[in-house]
Amino acid sequence: MFSFDLLLNAVVLGVLLGCFYAAVSLGLSVSFGLLDVPHVAHPAFLVMASYGVFFLNDRYDIDPLLAGLLITPLLFLFGLGAYRFYYETFEKRGSDAGVRGIAFLFGIAFIIEVLIILQFGVDQRSVSASYIGKAWRIGEMRIPFRLLVAFAVASALTILLTLYMSRTFMGRAIRAVAQDQEALRLMGANPVRIKQWAFGIATAVLGIAGALLIIVAPVDPTLDRAYIGRTFCVVVMAGLGSMTGTLVAAIILGVAETIVLTLFGASWAPAISFAMLLGVLAVRPQGLFGRRS
Amino acid sequence: MKRRILLGGTIAVAMLGLASGAGAQQPPIKIGMSMPQTGGLAGGGKASLLGIEIWRDDVNARGGLLGRKVELVVYDDKSSASETPAIYSKLLDVDKVDLLFAPYATVPTAPIMPLVKQRGLLLMGNFSFQVNSKVGHDMWFNNAPWGPADSWAGAFLDLGQKAGGKTVALLAADQEFAQNLALTAREVAKKRNMSVVFDQAYPPNTVEFSGIIRALKAAKPDIVYVASYPPDSAGILRAVNEIGIGDDVKIFGGGMVGLQFASVMGNLGSLLNGVVNYNSWLPEQSMYYEGTKAFFETYAKRAVEAKVDPLGYYLAPFGYASGQLVEQAIKATGSLDQKAIAKYLHDHEIKTIVGPIAFSADGEWKETATLMAQFRGVVDKDIEQFRKPGKQVILFPERLKSGDLISPFEAARK
Repeated sequence: MFSFDLLLNAVVLGVLLGCFYAAVSLGLSVSFGLLDVPHVAHPAFLVMASYGVFFLNDRYDIDPLLAGLLITPLLFLFGLGAYRFYYETFEKRGSDAGVRGIAFLFGIAFIIEVLIILQFGVDQRSVSASYIGKAWRIGEMRIPFRLLVAFAVASALTILLTLYMSRTFMGRAIRAVAQDQEALRLMGANPVRIKQWAFGIATAVLGIAGALLIIVAPVDPTLDRAYIGRTFCVVVMAGLGSMTGTLVAAIILGVAETIVLTLFGASWAPAISFAMLLGVLAVRPQGLFGRRS
Repeated sequence: MKRRILLGGTIAVAMLGLASGAGAQQPPIKIGMSMPQTGGLAGGGKASLLGIEIWRDDVNARGGLLGRKVELVVYDDKSSASETPAIYSKLLDVDKVDLLFAPYATVPTAPIMPLVKQRGLLLMGNFSFQVNSKVGHDMWFNNAPWGPADSWAGAFLDLGQKAGGKTVALLAADQEFAQNLALTAREVAKKRNMSVVFDQAYPPNTVEFSGIIRALKAAKPDIVYVASYPPDSAGILRAVNEIGIGDDVKIFGGGMVGLQFASVMGNLGSLLNGVVNYNSWLPEQSMYYEGTKAFFETYAKRAVEAKVDPLGYYLAPFGYASGQLVEQAIKATGSLDQKAIAKYLHDHEIKTIVGPIAFSADGEWKETATLMAQFRGVVDKDIEQFRKPGKQVILFPERLKSGDLISPFEAARK
């Protein structure tokens, strides 16, 4: 049973879903893509940010997006601290830090889960705002406002991060450190401080991404596990470290998932992301937008 | 003569002293279980455990069982089916528990069924659905009111058919519990000559349901039967509210786990209106038995301290009832012999705070008491409203009914 209407609908919803995936992956694109930190705790940081937003919304009735902006500076500081700790205990020690680093970050993710459970309990939490639960009608099509918020947030974050990386001194320094740390050291700059700053930014963007996560769907303390695969898939498929690439890859993924789900059956949808990832890695190992190394 | 009485008295007193002394030194009766305390099922698991703990405290206050205190040995299974086999082996071989209770829910329970069957142990089930249908263990007892396998789907589809429904859409999560529900729904639909126009399984961890609901709407069904797990139920209802489901739909819901929990009900608020969903206990007049009111008074106090579901209707009283079932069987048989307890439970109807329970041969309730209830007049952001009768009107079963179905779904939502 094929209908053009349904396909169009699937594409539109897929683009919006992709924007949502992009928004929750952009931080990882900086931390994993540019800094080579195997940041498996990224989704846990994200869920933690969502709970921060929930707290402000529930207690003080602050709009979730505004709450996301309010916690951004705190997350930035948290990111600075987290990287410093990671660096001192793991990265500094050299070659086999990668594997131990992953184990360490997994540990951090579990600790965050448990802390959230202790503070907020295990129940699902969600926020309230005027735009949640309503939809925009265009003819037969209806588009949930939640997903339009995702679209706006993802576009804004991508543009901001791209501009920051290309126009500011710090942004260029971050890209330089990703390309050649040693050269930077020879120029008299301290790559560790630059990486720390970048990690701070990667964590700071989770404020608004966390707000989005809890706007799109309710969160529970272990939700991070569902996002480890998806976010890494998006970032690797995009090509490590490309912001616009992350947005495009996420949209491709969102559209593919939604079309498969609408026309072929929901069971196949999750297989799509990993099939596409394998396909991309086979044909273009550096990712869709990655630079050749 | 006088001397003899005195002697007899002395011996009796001495024996009594001996007996009570022995009682004080006797080890407690250990009941072992795993319970989801983290992960997707934790909300329910914690409430269920609190119900069982309230029973333990009550029974110990009454002097315990067979003169021994009751102790619970509980581990967190993280809502995961892969954790439970190891936990139950540990409970049996290391902790040496006397009795086993199953964890809350189907998914963590299913993998321990072979273990208890092989070892010939009694397992008091906790809201699993049809985990014993293929295993056929004769010492399994479910505390949940599901009854015969097809009564759940049957009740829902019958309500839909009475409202004029002919076509069915099935949307089920891709896991054990929901697929079991979908399977019986397909069979019942076939028997009732209803055609299934949409039949999809969605994978766990689906975040966004707009696409699925759009596809479902395109199939134009009269009856929409949803079997979902807690993380998804909220997402599905939101998407239904945003995308719409069409004016043809007579009845929507059926098997959505999660809509029984206070936090989810509070979050969804008015989005719940019109949904007809299964439940186990509701504060309608027909649902009160001996001890029910007192239980909820204790529960309400302790739930706040324990940070668990403040209402606790769905699981907690049945956790307490599990305790009552074994309590009465142990008292009547005067032993901890699992075969004797199982035989007693098979042969007798037992009064509990959720009503009298009689088991059929497969360990499920002889007669279903699964409620189908419709949400009505629910407002946003108010958990207390659900304590009043009339917010979830019972449509089925007949003997517990407190109102009639409002149909179609769109009309009932207003």
